[in-house]
Amino acid sequence: MSGEDTVEVAAATPDTQQPYKELGLTTDEYQKVRDILGRRPTAAELALYSVMWSEHCSYKSSKVHLRNLAPNADQAQYLLAGIGANAGVVDIGQGYAVTFKIESHNHPSFVEPHQGAATGIGGIVRDILAMGARPVAVMDALRFGPADAHDTARVLPGVVSGISFYGNCLGLPNIGGELAFDPSYAGNPLVNALCVGVMRHDDLKAAVAHGLGNKVILFGSRTGPDGVGGASVLASATFGDDGGKSAKRPSVQVGDPFMEKLLVECCLELYAADLVEGIQDLGAAGVACATTELSAGGDGGMFVDMDAIPLRDPSLTPAEILMSESQERMMAVVKPERVAAFMAICRKWDVEATVIGEVTGDGLLTMTWRGGTVVEIPPRTAADGPVYQRPFARPEGLDALQADGPERLARPADGPALRGTLLSLLGSPGLADKRWVTQQYDSLVRGNTVLAMPEDGGLVRVAEETGLGIALATDGNGRYCTLDPYQGTKLALAEAYRNVAMTGAVPIAVTNCLNFGSPEDPAVMWQLAEAVRGLADGCKSLGIPVTGGNVSLYNQTGATAIHPTPVIGVLGVHDDVRKRLGAGFGVEGAEVVLLGTTRDEFGGSAWAEVAHRHHGGRPPAVDLDAERRLATLIVAAASAGLLASAHDLSDGGLAIALAEACLHGGRGCAVVLPGDWFTALFSESAGRALVSVVPGREKEFAALSADHDVPATVLGVAVGDTLTVEGAFAISLPELESAWTATLPAIFG
Amino acid sequence: MRIGVVTFPGSLDDTDAARAVRYAGAEPARLWHADRDLRGVDAVILPGGFSYGDYLRCGAIARFSPVMAELVPAARAGLPVLGICNGFQILCEAHLLPGALTRNAGLRFIHANVRLTVSNVRTPWTEGFTGAELLTVPVKNGEGAFVADEATLDELERSGRVVVRYADGAPNGSARDIAGICNAEGNVFGLMPHPEHAIDPLTGPSSDGLGFFTSVVHALGRVRLGARA
Repeated sequence: MSGEDTVEVAAATPDTQQPYKELGLTTDEYQKVRDILGRRPTAAELALYSVMWSEHCSYKSSKVHLRNLAPNADQAQYLLAGIGANAGVVDIGQGYAVTFKIESHNHPSFVEPHQGAATGIGGIVRDILAMGARPVAVMDALRFGPADAHDTARVLPGVVSGISFYGNCLGLPNIGGELAFDPSYAGNPLVNALCVGVMRHDDLKAAVAHGLGNKVILFGSRTGPDGVGGASVLASATFGDDGGKSAKRPSVQVGDPFMEKLLVECCLELYAADLVEGIQDLGAAGVACATTELSAGGDGGMFVDMDAIPLRDPSLTPAEILMSESQERMMAVVKPERVAAFMAICRKWDVEATVIGEVTGDGLLTMTWRGGTVVEIPPRTAADGPVYQRPFARPEGLDALQADGPERLARPADGPALRGTLLSLLGSPGLADKRWVTQQYDSLVRGNTVLAMPEDGGLVRVAEETGLGIALATDGNGRYCTLDPYQGTKLALAEAYRNVAMTGAVPIAVTNCLNFGSPEDPAVMWQLAEAVRGLADGCKSLGIPVTGGNVSLYNQTGATAIHPTPVIGVLGVHDDVRKRLGAGFGVEGAEVVLLGTTRDEFGGSAWAEVAHRHHGGRPPAVDLDAERRLATLIVAAASAGLLASAHDLSDGGLAIALAEACLHGGRGCAVVLPGDWFTALFSESAGRALVSVVPGREKEFAALSADHDVPATVLGVAVGDTLTVEGAFAISLPELESAWTATLPAIFG
Repeated sequence: MRIGVVTFPGSLDDTDAARAVRYAGAEPARLWHADRDLRGVDAVILPGGFSYGDYLRCGAIARFSPVMAELVPAARAGLPVLGICNGFQILCEAHLLPGALTRNAGLRFIHANVRLTVSNVRTPWTEGFTGAELLTVPVKNGEGAFVADEATLDELERSGRVVVRYADGAPNGSARDIAGICNAEGNVFGLMPHPEHAIDPLTGPSSDGLGFFTSVVHALGRVRLGARA
């Protein structure tokens, strides 16, 4: 015997002091573990419960609210697997299914930006792989402190290089995302990574350990000391005043995208050969989570011989082995007679694979180490975790914030002032050209990328023969959500939905990453509850389901939380990607039409922020029926070949949409603005789009707009090399371009 | 006509190279790094990616793979070989081409569309071009700056072995704006830009890259006709 803390030792020494607080468990939670086991936990069991019951893994604070996201029958029509699986799966027709999910890697990316962001990509890709799908694209939604802040110069280049390094080396195109700056993210950058995968319907895999005697195989990288306690210590607590940099650095994992590429190809070959009964990726909480979830999802139990687990560091204790978040590992359940074939495929891909246990019939998760039993638990007790009804209360200052509307702000009154406002907005870091970032990403690999940044949505071809494709967009607006999290979340959903439709795709499913401050703050919990309510109501209105997502809490430094930032990802199906629409004015002489209704709405707007550093009032109204009609119109018009371009209106309103359409298409436009110029140009009313119509098809498009009950205002024509607002101002394309492109290189080099 | 595309562990643009072969009217044949077997193909493409994780140096480990033991003598005997990006790096490491590829100026990965001129239209990979074209093709690499000693660069220029050049200046610090070079015989050609990602305006910036693949298909067709006659 090694002197290890076995089940027998634990039973005989009930009074041993255990470091449960250091591992992130409360006294009540620790007592609950003791009650479940009828004794004190072993050191290994304590480690296992601490990571499984962490906020990151258990969703203990958000679960009561997330239940509201369960889809109704109308929403679930395309759903093959939903919330609770590693990622939701939707039917896109022609025998294909798509799985997609967005996940946060916020805390690691602050502590060690390059590896933190890199392993964020790696983790979400394995989630998709574990569903049986081939990962086909990634996206990244990034939020940082002010662009010119000292620490942003450390965090942003590191995060971008990490995503570039991992995604590019893995061979997955990066097809879009977001880049936003706000002081509220200065100590808590948001790094949200999305992955989408494609499979045939029959290929769907489940994370369950069924079948008495089936073997449990751990494959991929060896287990090392990196990322020990990442889920519990790092992602489920607030950074202290030192930003957590010193103490928490070892909790960040280190990524090897080459190994992940081998693992992807190896898994897909194992699936194709039908050698896998159940599969689970190893992400947060590593072996602890994979064994617990596989056995909890199955009908028996599981035995694991921990001595069989290949280690990079032989000095690791059982607790550390369980908690390690070493990257690029998977766990499979395999019938005994198929183990040899399984191993042969792993050898072909130079992937180390080891039988570490088997499915048992006793309903327990049992692990031995050096001759002693170090874990013996009912796995569902660890997998299900506690559920908290945390108190929530409307933030105290919210009434005052909402009352401080943008109406009092001075507005530009004449043509030159409007011109200057447009150029300063276009050059502001949040709206400026993002090529400094996106040039570091491969958007082309795999040869199926039809649209990528800076387009409204990414679009990937799924079937070369038929042109079937999928579109994706992510959106979020923390400034709106601080003013009204319910409405702000609906607006984020509406924008992502609209962006997907702009490509010509029909939106069919939603994923979400909920980034919030500490759930122990009732004001933050209120924001979370309101955001989830907004998402649930919004999805019901649009008739599309939330298929999965992720919650990231404790995004705050000291007492200051980030803006509540739900990031919403929407997936759409494109019948024929050859009929895709881009945002740029591509056709000389095409009529330029504004769709939707413009109101005087400036609360939380880019103009209020850039021109006045103002943040107050109410966000724009949202009318999801109108969004649905607009989306349906665009899809129908794209299908009929009526449109030359389509671009959604969002931050910065029509002014920015016009400028971007000119810049993306390399063509100017001449437009006449209805009503008040300032409102027409800079209002951020939702439910609007800027389209250009194929010459000769104007009447058909006008009729189609009327059929769909979408207000259509002809503004002018795409022409020449100048953006001209008749009577107000003109800006040449080169001047527009230099205002747009200069900002980020000037800051980041 | 069959054109082999080698898959190393970490190859990423192999499917894309195979698609380009198909678009050019030939049959792609997949070759595996661990097999000492070229399966009787008429030409070989070493695709882009990060073979063996680019550990040690880009292409440095791939060079020693079993398939290369077959490929190197076949290339020396005249088999048309195209190396794209990581494939170019492997051809340099294998000494089928001179020089080396180093970190981009600016030290960041660069993905951008670039314009290329074709300065040698006598290779099997470029014979379909006139030399007057401006091709729009993407680059995407972290280590794409071509370097060689001055004497080698002079010799490459003098003998017409600079096959493609960046028309608007190298985005990555490549010596003399060199984008791709060939061996003395012209059958082995490596370039950093990705012509296989410019075969269809739907999925790339243009279809200008297809010419490299149709060129070799025509060249091989002529060889075949010659053999029959």
